[in-house]
Amino acid sequence: MLLIPCPWCGPRDEREFRYGGQAHIAYPADPAALDDRDWADYLFVRDNPAGRYAERWFHASGCRAWCDVERDTVDYTITGSCGTGAHPAGGPDEGPCTSPYCVRRAVPSGGGAR
Amino acid sequence: MAEPAVPRRRSPAEGLLEGSHLRELSFLAQAELRVDAEEADAASRMAEQFLGCPLPGPGRATGHGTPYVLWSGPGRYLVVDSEATGRGLCAGLSAALGGEYGRLCAAVADLSAQRTVLELSGPDAEEVLARGCPMDLHPREFGTGSYAQTVIGKAAVGLHRTGAPGPSGGATAFRILVRASFAEYLARLLTDAAADVRGTRAGAVV
Repeated sequence: MLLIPCPWCGPRDEREFRYGGQAHIAYPADPAALDDRDWADYLFVRDNPAGRYAERWFHASGCRAWCDVERDTVDYTITGSCGTGAHPAGGPDEGPCTSPYCVRRAVPSGGGAR
Repeated sequence: MAEPAVPRRRSPAEGLLEGSHLRELSFLAQAELRVDAEEADAASRMAEQFLGCPLPGPGRATGHGTPYVLWSGPGRYLVVDSEATGRGLCAGLSAALGGEYGRLCAAVADLSAQRTVLELSGPDAEEVLARGCPMDLHPREFGTGSYAQTVIGKAAVGLHRTGAPGPSGGATAFRILVRASFAEYLARLLTDAAADVRGTRAGAVV
């Protein structure tokens, strides 16, 4: 089982969470301009890296808030977690990130939370 | 003509817990307060005048006895009171925050019937909870005044530590907030876990 750091509650067992797929998928700026292939890409096609992957988790049995978690798909190391939208892809941050497990903090030697 | 008989109100875990270190605190008034994250400080100041304690930070509880406040998520708080009624608690809290069109963007809802409260005490309480709860409940990590929403077995619960052994005395005690429909399941699970702990420590009292 994973030990997932919730930005508000701290490290919690995986069974308190629900998985929410890849994080930072931006809604198309002009959806009407997309052809079927681009729309299908937006809806269904996700990255599948062997390595660091940003994904959403919902703390369903805890504080009932969503968070963005960065997890390595090979060795399951979790680098950190932030509130949703704290670091939007391709845009500036919305104010300072208050998560003590922020993925952009200096990672201590030896990796993050397991 | 005789008055029609009013059915007796039955609490969710009634009759399941006689003679154990688990008891039910039934029919406590519970109100959920939701505030905008940007107005949390102002809401805390205004609510404090009515509640007698500030709103807690993440993972904490504030207040003693009547009422006390539990942090249940970003911008969400659960106010519990053993003396007020749910309706009265909501009315008072709502008025303290300035009413429906007040100065704050806040919502108050009466959730008294949603959950019941079980109280587990005794020196082996942590051991009993560990039979079903994945959290680290050692007093070093989860001391008096800590509150967490987690799971015990298959039941989603709120877990509030109200006592821990210390140099000045004190005994281990937890309050477990559980949905009414899960109360029987949880009461049976904890009773079974207590019997298990008692069995593994022959002679110890749970």
